[in-house]
Amino acid sequence: MEMPIAAQPRAEQPRRLASFFGSAWRFRAFYVMLLPGLIYYVLFKYLPMYGVIIAFKDFNMSSGILHSAWAHPWNKHFLTFLHSPYFSQLLTNTVLISVYKLLFGMVPPIAMALLLNECRVKWFRSLIQTLTYMPHFLSWVIIYGILLALLSQSSGLVNQWIKDIGGETIPFLTSTSYFRSILVSSEIWQNLGWGAIIYLAAIAGIDPTLYEAARADGAGRLRMIWHVTLPGIRTVIIMLFILNLGHLLDAGFEQIYIMYNIQVYPVADILDTWVFRTGLQQLNFSLASAVGLFKAAIGLVLVLGSNRIARIWGEGIW
Amino acid sequence: MVKSSQDRIFNVVTVVILVLCGASAVFPLLYVLSVSVTPFSEVLKNGGFILIPRSVTLDAYHKLLTDSGLPRAFGVTVLVTAIGTVLNLVVTALTAYPLSRRKLPGRSFFLMAIVFTLLFNGGIIPTYLVVKELGLLNSIWAMILPNLVWSFNVLIMKSFYESLPEELFESARIDGAREFRILWTIVAPLSVPVTLTIGLFYTVGHWNEFFQAIMYVSDRMLFPLQVIVREILIQTQQPLENAENMTPTETLQMASVILASLPIIIVYPFLQKHFTKGMLLGSIKG
Repeated sequence: MEMPIAAQPRAEQPRRLASFFGSAWRFRAFYVMLLPGLIYYVLFKYLPMYGVIIAFKDFNMSSGILHSAWAHPWNKHFLTFLHSPYFSQLLTNTVLISVYKLLFGMVPPIAMALLLNECRVKWFRSLIQTLTYMPHFLSWVIIYGILLALLSQSSGLVNQWIKDIGGETIPFLTSTSYFRSILVSSEIWQNLGWGAIIYLAAIAGIDPTLYEAARADGAGRLRMIWHVTLPGIRTVIIMLFILNLGHLLDAGFEQIYIMYNIQVYPVADILDTWVFRTGLQQLNFSLASAVGLFKAAIGLVLVLGSNRIARIWGEGIW
Repeated sequence: MVKSSQDRIFNVVTVVILVLCGASAVFPLLYVLSVSVTPFSEVLKNGGFILIPRSVTLDAYHKLLTDSGLPRAFGVTVLVTAIGTVLNLVVTALTAYPLSRRKLPGRSFFLMAIVFTLLFNGGIIPTYLVVKELGLLNSIWAMILPNLVWSFNVLIMKSFYESLPEELFESARIDGAREFRILWTIVAPLSVPVTLTIGLFYTVGHWNEFFQAIMYVSDRMLFPLQVIVREILIQTQQPLENAENMTPTETLQMASVILASLPIIIVYPFLQKHFTKGMLLGSIKG
């Protein structure tokens, strides 16, 4: 029979290693449970981290990761990237698209949450919630299809209207001047209702006596939003903003890859899409890995930094 | 406080804006639906697509279901979704449960190792090479295994298990139950709601699977739904000819969009509650 697992806390012993293995043995069933997950993490998460060494090698398929020769100089592929014309273009596109999404995507869900909160008719409120949460579950391929229906130059609804009033049709989806706006607005559309959930939860946590006090002071509903609701969710707003800053270099690979086309590369090509094409289509594995590592390293700093800021800032508040 | 006229205006404005938001979420899909059923003759007559066609045809759907890669892709996606979700849930639960036992030696090491993968990754090229070395390219496993466990879901599950009362386990152990048995007969039934929520996210993830498919699958027979629909969407539009019985490319494209989104749209309203719960579970942890 197995030993009872949750035994008494083990006594402090000088031979700590022995005691470690002793208690580990009692937990053996748990390690067996962990096994599939561990294998997954080692194979698909940690092995690729080891694989980034090909960024410092001249990788070729026949020699594999281990036996490919080291690059000379060691940072050859990084230098190639830094000196290529792509460098500034990719970085600009990635950061710009992220920043636009962050800035313009911030307010709509907050506004949505405030409106839903002000709506007192319960069935109406949940109807609107159900409708506006739905786009969150549509894939980018579906959303691209919708955009085609609305915006395509030959038969899109908007261009149909433009034609009807006698205007020139606009190639929205293949024009460098509209593409980023389309990326940002389609993401806002997808996230409008879903993004509001977290703010609604925060609003629900506001002390109701604050509203009563405000009402006693003769505040109208707009004033209550401004002086009670918004200050009440300020922490959550700033927190989400800071945490999102950590993902500045993830401009949304899947969305962009699905929607872009060669005409809009100058404004739409981001680090991830370039890595994908360079690595898997042009088979320049080492260069692509170097750029991927460049992105992952900066991303790590950004995430850690933003989490740190969020924590310091959060301690100041609570 | 007296209900002022200002208050009434406020209510009206709120409702109007909310109606507009709700409509903006639904209208685009309704328009897509309308295009997908518009007969070619109407397109010719009106010089383009209009919001509400006067007559309706299902030609595009017929053509897609009998003469395209769509039915097969549907099958692939259903298969990947079914096998994938079951494996996702089993491995996620098996990973989260031991980590919820606070006395497990090495627990913080394993947790750190999992959280670290949320912060840093090897990137798409090294991951591709690993998948290739494992011989998974061009198999349905390439769309399941590389994303088998979402670290975030492990953390959600773990904190749920931690919230279960310790006495539950104590009494079971005194009865001599083994750990796997405890997990299966006591813990699993209690965690049905959280498992359902997490399972829904895995399911939607598989249904919308695109990234891993374009990375690891080049065999057309294994293309999932989203990849095939995108292929249909980027077909160049044929010039409209005067053949009354032909189906315009746009109509076919929009029919494929409707077919691919239909399962989610049908199932979603019934499960919305669980999704919303999951979002909050996640955000508390995050």
